[in-house]
Amino acid sequence: MVDFFNPIIEALPYMVSGLWITVALVIGSMGLGLIVGVPFSALKVYGHPLIRKFIGLYVWFFRGVPVLVLFYLFYFGLLSWLAQISFLSFLPFNNAFFAAALVLGLTTGAYQTQIFKGAILALSPGQLKAARALGMSDFQAIKTIILPQALRFSLPAWSNEYSIILKDSALAYVIGVAELMSRTRSVAAITHKPLQLTLFAGLIFFVLTFIGVKGLKALEKKVKIKGYAQS
Amino acid sequence: MSDFIPFITAQVIPGLNSGLIVSIKLIVPSAFLGLIIGVLSGTFRVYAPFPIRKISDAYVAIFRGTPLVVQIYFWYFALPYTSIGEFRIVMSAETCAIVGFSLCSGAYHSEYIRGGLLSIKSGQLLAGQALGMNPITAIRNIVLPQAFRNAFSGCSNEIIYLIKYSSIASIITINDITGMGRGIAKESWRNVETYLVVGIYYLALVTLANVILYRIEKKMEIPGFEKEQA
Amino acid sequence: METQTVLEARNIIKNLGGNTVLRGVSIALNKGDIKVLIGPSGSGKSTLLQCLNLLHIPEGGSLLLDNKPVNFKNKSELYQLRQKVGMIFQEFNLFDHLSAKENVSISLRKVKKQGRKEAAKRAEIELQRVGLDDKMNLYPAQLSGGQKQRVSIARALAMDPEVLLLDEPTSALDPELISEVLVVIRDLAKNGMTMLMATHQISFSAALAHEFVFMEDGIITEHGSPKELLAENATSRTKDFCAKIAELTGEQA
Repeated sequence: MVDFFNPIIEALPYMVSGLWITVALVIGSMGLGLIVGVPFSALKVYGHPLIRKFIGLYVWFFRGVPVLVLFYLFYFGLLSWLAQISFLSFLPFNNAFFAAALVLGLTTGAYQTQIFKGAILALSPGQLKAARALGMSDFQAIKTIILPQALRFSLPAWSNEYSIILKDSALAYVIGVAELMSRTRSVAAITHKPLQLTLFAGLIFFVLTFIGVKGLKALEKKVKIKGYAQS
Repeated sequence: MSDFIPFITAQVIPGLNSGLIVSIKLIVPSAFLGLIIGVLSGTFRVYAPFPIRKISDAYVAIFRGTPLVVQIYFWYFALPYTSIGEFRIVMSAETCAIVGFSLCSGAYHSEYIRGGLLSIKSGQLLAGQALGMNPITAIRNIVLPQAFRNAFSGCSNEIIYLIKYSSIASIITINDITGMGRGIAKESWRNVETYLVVGIYYLALVTLANVILYRIEKKMEIPGFEKEQA
Repeated sequence: METQTVLEARNIIKNLGGNTVLRGVSIALNKGDIKVLIGPSGSGKSTLLQCLNLLHIPEGGSLLLDNKPVNFKNKSELYQLRQKVGMIFQEFNLFDHLSAKENVSISLRKVKKQGRKEAAKRAEIELQRVGLDDKMNLYPAQLSGGQKQRVSIARALAMDPEVLLLDEPTSALDPELISEVLVVIRDLAKNGMTMLMATHQISFSAALAHEFVFMEDGIITEHGSPKELLAENATSRTKDFCAKIAELTGEQA
């Protein structure tokens, strides 16, 4: 039985440092998704028709193309084009981690746009009217009245998004990010013990999903406004 | 750039078309198997006796809690390394993909079916039993048809996910759309063009599936079970 | 004329959620009997009806269908009994995904294993009987409460029950819809259907019932013909209770 776990124990430090890369990748992607999703959702609801069209196109594309294909398309293609544009050259386009975070971030950004948009539309139209009646600009109203409500209601869906991106991050190994799955594969190849290592990787992902979802549930409880529920 | 069109029409499209057939042969059986697994395990999670219920719960937690790529890796690379006595499970890459996709997809379907079942009022089952139906007849004919309608849009979403994640088959040597695309890109060194067309193939598949699923949903629609406004 | 007992309960005991809801209830229904269960809410009327259909399995006591004891533990006997003992729910419980006609025919097909055509034919007859010939293809969401309850009666009748249990069949209805259901029940009574009904429709049931059965705290405390229980000079709990209800609903008891 000890023999069975030996490959895991020996590779543990190597695996754990991969785990941190996974965590960093997920946090980076979710953060980028938030940065994209919040303004895009507001613009999708309140913006100029042309902007709405553009955002619709973005969402349609990133929701319809597999993450795996996006990794290939961006890392092996689009980003090396972008790297040649001089004023963008400060960005590390050839860095696999950067590319992976960008792809996952833009993907979850598309989904997050949808999530927040749904929450905004579910608010009563009286909210915006009341804010305008008080003399707020639309930008102020969206920022101080609409979004604080919409983001709260989006938390369960956002937590679901977290667990999806965590799982998607395991695909980043195809462009060479040394995250958990990538390390699992290489250790398995060296030791010829893929069974225990795959199970171990699965367990870690499982625990990460669990911790993240629990944490977000706690956050949801914390920011909940008493007596306020969305129908 | 001038030979862009010939490159696409002569190399990319014929290659991807053969990959498309492979993808469809993975997606369609996985979608059906996944749905069957999802309906069964979802029903078990609500109505089955304790041990079966707990096993179904565990199944769903495991397959929803771990990445599909890890699961596929398990079926294809890890399982053949394992033998119980002389017994060893070795499946072809295609079988691994279908098994992996169906089990993963089934776990997600299960969640929607379970939610659908829990949303049905208890009086429905009671009325069925009052007419002399045994529990299985009542669940099959009364509760499940209603639950399935409530769960359908969730299940539709899951099938869309399945179409996209079928691309993972390419990492276990299957020449599906993505696998073919990768081959063409490597040979031609024209990544952007090739992968963009690959992306368009998936967009087309997803759009088509959406249309079909919407039609099915409309066809099943009856008063009292209208599609909720999104 | 010899009376034939259709359904008899002896000393039924039922616990629910740690409370003893039925504390030894005995009741017998002869063929053609119409008995009405009255009593305050929480007295166990609904539980008793569900026990008589074995939707609740009693912890104690026995149940006899056509003078033959029913073994609660035997599933097939249980399903047999439910086929012969029809049940009408307060909340109708129509199958929401089936049209009125399918609501009636489904149990004929799935329980009685009738063919699709035969079952549909019977469903049409039963729906005509409750005056819904023109609503056969509508779904529950398209029917009014009164129509729903009439479908549910048709659904029970299609199974050719020997006795019909009705659990406050008009309590969930808007006042203006009550009478259409009562008309159907009166017709059933005229045709000799054996019935046990829990209701607060005192004057309606007084005109119909052979016996009033008053329940309180899980036991039957009084029973007798409505005439004697509600007589001018009677001093029954039943009469007090009915007077209270009459006051609440403005109905003349």
